[in-house]
Amino acid sequence: MLRQRYDISFDSDGSVRFLPWLLALMVYLAALAIAGMLLLSGTLSDWNRGLAGVLTVELPPAPAGAAGSDPAPVLDLLRDTPGVLSAQPLSRDAIAKLVEPWLGSGFAVQDLALPRLIDLRVDPDHPPDLPELRAKLAGLMPEANIEEAHQRFDKLFDLAVSVELTALAIVILIAGCAIISTIFTARAGLAVHHDVIEILHLLGAHDAYITRQFGRQALLLALRGGIVGLGLAIVTLLGLGHASAAAGFLGEGVRLLPVVTLRPWHWAILVLLPFAAALIARVTARLTVARALARMP
Amino acid sequence: MRYGTGPEVLRDINLKIDQGSFHFLTGQSGAGKSSFLKLIYLAARPSRGLISLFDHKIAALPRRELPALRRRIGVIFQDFRLIEHLSTFDNVALPLRVAGLAEDKVKENVTELLTWVGLADKINARPPTLSGGQQQRVAIARAVIGRPSLLLADEPTGNVDDDMGLRLLRLLEEMNKLGTTVIIATHNQHLANRIGHARIHLKGGQIAVSRA
Repeated sequence: MLRQRYDISFDSDGSVRFLPWLLALMVYLAALAIAGMLLLSGTLSDWNRGLAGVLTVELPPAPAGAAGSDPAPVLDLLRDTPGVLSAQPLSRDAIAKLVEPWLGSGFAVQDLALPRLIDLRVDPDHPPDLPELRAKLAGLMPEANIEEAHQRFDKLFDLAVSVELTALAIVILIAGCAIISTIFTARAGLAVHHDVIEILHLLGAHDAYITRQFGRQALLLALRGGIVGLGLAIVTLLGLGHASAAAGFLGEGVRLLPVVTLRPWHWAILVLLPFAAALIARVTARLTVARALARMP
Repeated sequence: MRYGTGPEVLRDINLKIDQGSFHFLTGQSGAGKSSFLKLIYLAARPSRGLISLFDHKIAALPRRELPALRRRIGVIFQDFRLIEHLSTFDNVALPLRVAGLAEDKVKENVTELLTWVGLADKINARPPTLSGGQQQRVAIARAVIGRPSLLLADEPTGNVDDDMGLRLLRLLEEMNKLGTTVIIATHNQHLANRIGHARIHLKGGQIAVSRA
């Protein structure tokens, strides 16, 4: 297909020289946006997996020995509930560690009225009936509360999803720009090669005979530009990955740069980008030329 | 027929051209000869009226069926209209390739015809490197390669001397004897007189047909 003959001399058409560069830039930006989207999506899915099945039962603070302060019946209830894998009360030290970022380390835990926490692990595939469990828990300890780990991160999830959607919108916008660039290039080609097109038309060429040549030309130009854009994007992503690995940490568990490590199937998606750009350019060029030819007698 | 909102360049034309006939289309420059031919080779549509070609009413035909009719028409344009970046071979091969003929058949037919018109040694030459007469022969070869049922020539002798013009007309007569309908637009009354044949004379956008 790539070696087919052209009746139309696209080499003499200055406007086609810009198309590969425009599409290279667009594929580059699209690759970065998609890579960002995939990384974020992967992180979100990891979070989801990590948080699925994690619940915290919060019991009101109560001094030892006070009436209704014994967590044992609550623990028994939790452990006997179908779908619950484990119910482990957090020690006072563990709770103190949790509040340390806000209160610091120089305080006496026993002086504070901290809630007692039970770490609850449930089967994500067959979770317990939470409304029923809450009702039973209220019967034992009216102020007890079950908090899903998810709830604490809802806003963060929402933000991440917004960023993902923004990246998707950028990719769609880039595809739109690629389509518009191809339309203008095809129109310029129609104007430049009008005489040849008219001759082909008068010799009895079907529209498809002419649109095929424009489509093939657009496909090759877009593929050329797309490969250049993808190459640059790969270099950028590898560079970012290297930089993020080398940057180290600001503090415990806090990276200076986000981790940029794409999975093999992420790379596979990025490799498809030049082909997608080529396909979009081919279809757009053919449709643009077909519309113009339809106006000929 | 009119171009855009301009004045009518052809009007009140009622004419039947028989299959296998030979006509000269004469008239002064600007009389509408080229416009008349354009209507026949389907490069323009009449602003009113009907054209029937090979027993098909053109206005009633869907657009996708027009290419098949165009392939039955050979046109020698006044300015040849060769594609400059294509070789002599590729220019002549165009009608066959457009029609989807196999490449080995294209090569065989085009080589044979170019040899016949004396351009075998110019097979790879591009039109700008050919003389006016050679370009004209390429244009003729392109027009006849598909063995058209109807051959139209717009001032085919305009760029050549009388001898060459006469030889060209004899070639078109040979085509006519093989059954091709020929219409030649010319303002060269002298040449038309020497050859004979029926004439369609255009004047002020109207016609008068005379027999030879």
